[in-house]
Amino acid sequence: MAEDLLSVDGLQVEFERASGTIYAVNGVSFSVAPGETLGIVGESGSGKSVSVLSIMGLLRSNGRVTGGSAKFMGKDLLKLRRRQLEDIRGRDVGMVFQDPMTSLNPTMRVGDQIMEAMLCHHYTSRRGAFNRTLQLLEEVGIPEAKARFSSYPHEFSGGMRQRVMIAIAIACEPQLLIADEPTTALDVTVQAQILALLRELQEKRKMSIILITHDFGVATNFCDRVIVMYAGKVMESAPLDRFLCQPAHPYTIGLKRSVIEVGDKHRELVAIPGMATALTEPPRYCPFAERCSFVRERCWSELPQLRPVSSGHVVACHYAEEVMAAGASPGHSYRGDQALASQEPEALTPAPALGAQRGLALKGPTAQEAQPHAS
Amino acid sequence: MATIAAAAGISTRGPRRTSQLSLAWRRYKRNKLAVAGAIVVVAFIVAGVIGPWVAPQGYAQANFLDANQPPSLRFPFGTDNLGHDMLSQVLWSFRNAVEIAFGASLVSFAIGVALGLWAGLRGGIVDMVVMRLVDFMFAFPNYFLSLFLVITLGRNLLPILLAIGIPGWAGYARLVRGLVLGMRNGEMVEAARAFGASTGHIARKYLLPNITNSIFVAIAFGIPFDLLVMASLSLVGLGLRPPLPSFGNMIAQAGGNVLGYPWLLYFPAGIFAVILLSFLFVADGLQEALDPKAGEGHLRRTRRLWFGLRGR
Repeated sequence: MAEDLLSVDGLQVEFERASGTIYAVNGVSFSVAPGETLGIVGESGSGKSVSVLSIMGLLRSNGRVTGGSAKFMGKDLLKLRRRQLEDIRGRDVGMVFQDPMTSLNPTMRVGDQIMEAMLCHHYTSRRGAFNRTLQLLEEVGIPEAKARFSSYPHEFSGGMRQRVMIAIAIACEPQLLIADEPTTALDVTVQAQILALLRELQEKRKMSIILITHDFGVATNFCDRVIVMYAGKVMESAPLDRFLCQPAHPYTIGLKRSVIEVGDKHRELVAIPGMATALTEPPRYCPFAERCSFVRERCWSELPQLRPVSSGHVVACHYAEEVMAAGASPGHSYRGDQALASQEPEALTPAPALGAQRGLALKGPTAQEAQPHAS
Repeated sequence: MATIAAAAGISTRGPRRTSQLSLAWRRYKRNKLAVAGAIVVVAFIVAGVIGPWVAPQGYAQANFLDANQPPSLRFPFGTDNLGHDMLSQVLWSFRNAVEIAFGASLVSFAIGVALGLWAGLRGGIVDMVVMRLVDFMFAFPNYFLSLFLVITLGRNLLPILLAIGIPGWAGYARLVRGLVLGMRNGEMVEAARAFGASTGHIARKYLLPNITNSIFVAIAFGIPFDLLVMASLSLVGLGLRPPLPSFGNMIAQAGGNVLGYPWLLYFPAGIFAVILLSFLFVADGLQEALDPKAGEGHLRRTRRLWFGLRGR
């Protein structure tokens, strides 16, 4: 693989709250190759947004990075001064956020907001920025660019606004585009358009994209590689094809089964039981143990480390091979736990009972609440 | 905003030049009192500019032979005990009233917005100190501070302007700080930071323009109270130095012989009251027009305004 554009290693983020510290990200490592599309999938509060926001220095004032590194084009983003980071944001890394309805400045003309992104970085002259803005508006699929330049955001629909946000993000030709749930707030049809647009822009520019989403469908449709995060840790990271046919983490299988597709009326919906745990302390054993249907004694005592199961495919699960075997067995795709249970009945303990036995507190604030809109 | 336009029955089709301003004007127009108030306010400002030029006599010109005349064709507002033409007095008064009204508000506004922005953006210890100062100002009687400032600074126009303006900053600071806190962690500011905008840039281009609406309303509500303070300074003999006419001086002098020469009180006090009320109506209208979420509640709100005034 070529030199990575961004490589994050052992990232740790904490939030200080009145009620105590929230350990939102606990040693996350990932990397993005040039031109690659990386998907980060996880539930609310799994730390997916926070890990990316933190390397760009966009954490709220009560959050701080306590460890790790984030090498981007030879520089460690976590060690840069605020001004240096401001130079990189928007110039080398563009960002698109979830809610285009509230992300644009209602008092500024749309065109000015796109121009501003370029002028902030002295990317071109005023004249050049104006012409480029018209060109960008066309490129992101806004017709009549000249007329639209002087529109205000309130005259645009959600999808159009997200297009404007994308135009702002790519205005300075960044190497990396971070899209934080870019389609979550949009209609399905518009979602598809926006994803198609992102893909088209990426092909033209050869830029890398990090797509943060909780929508498994979006991630598997759009990305070259997918990372699954849970409780501020990477659970599984795999190239898309491995990911689709041989998921090796029970959580991934659970996520996959939670996806509802068109025409699934009679399919049994299998939800993952329980909810994401409060991260009031860094995990010491497998954070997914409480909700896992494959759970065994070892999961409660030992924190699984990421280990390779095949080329480019790493998993943090003690029993990944079994999970893979179970996940791949025919006719099993929707009822993995039961199939596995029938294979080795004595090895498995019912998860809820064990969770209750241990007296585990599932209540309390999650990392999501500590930073309400970030994920 | 598109939904608001739709709710207000405004067509968003055709040439899309429905700017925020024209939308606001359409909402403003629905409140007839506010429109009337705006006309009076404009007339007040015009009178402040041209008043001294159109006044038939200078403010210091005394017609001793025509002292204490009731209103007539020659002296439409009558004359006082020194034979001053009251119409001329009123016309001259407009000028310093306008100067005080806008000058004092500008002083409060400038101090308040600067401190409020600073506190809201920096947070932490700065915020703490500024807000405790604001608490102190709210606890301290402003009128007393104004009196104190007039006594130390003097009784000319600029000192009085400062004496009225300086105590008023706390309200603006608290308003601005609250609005900034609400936006500081919002998506809009986050998006701006994401494309590399600096804090100063965000404050200038993102925060300030988005709070101007609220500030306009606050200023419009603040002006009548500044005028009231100015008049009440005159009542205790600490207003503008007497040869210079002002509404406060005229009302203070007329109050003494209201039974004998009521016109001395009626004209200045009536005009002054109309001006104050007009500013309140304008403020009320602005609030509705600039805050689309307020909807159609203007009748109820105006009534509350009346009761509010009576209770004061």
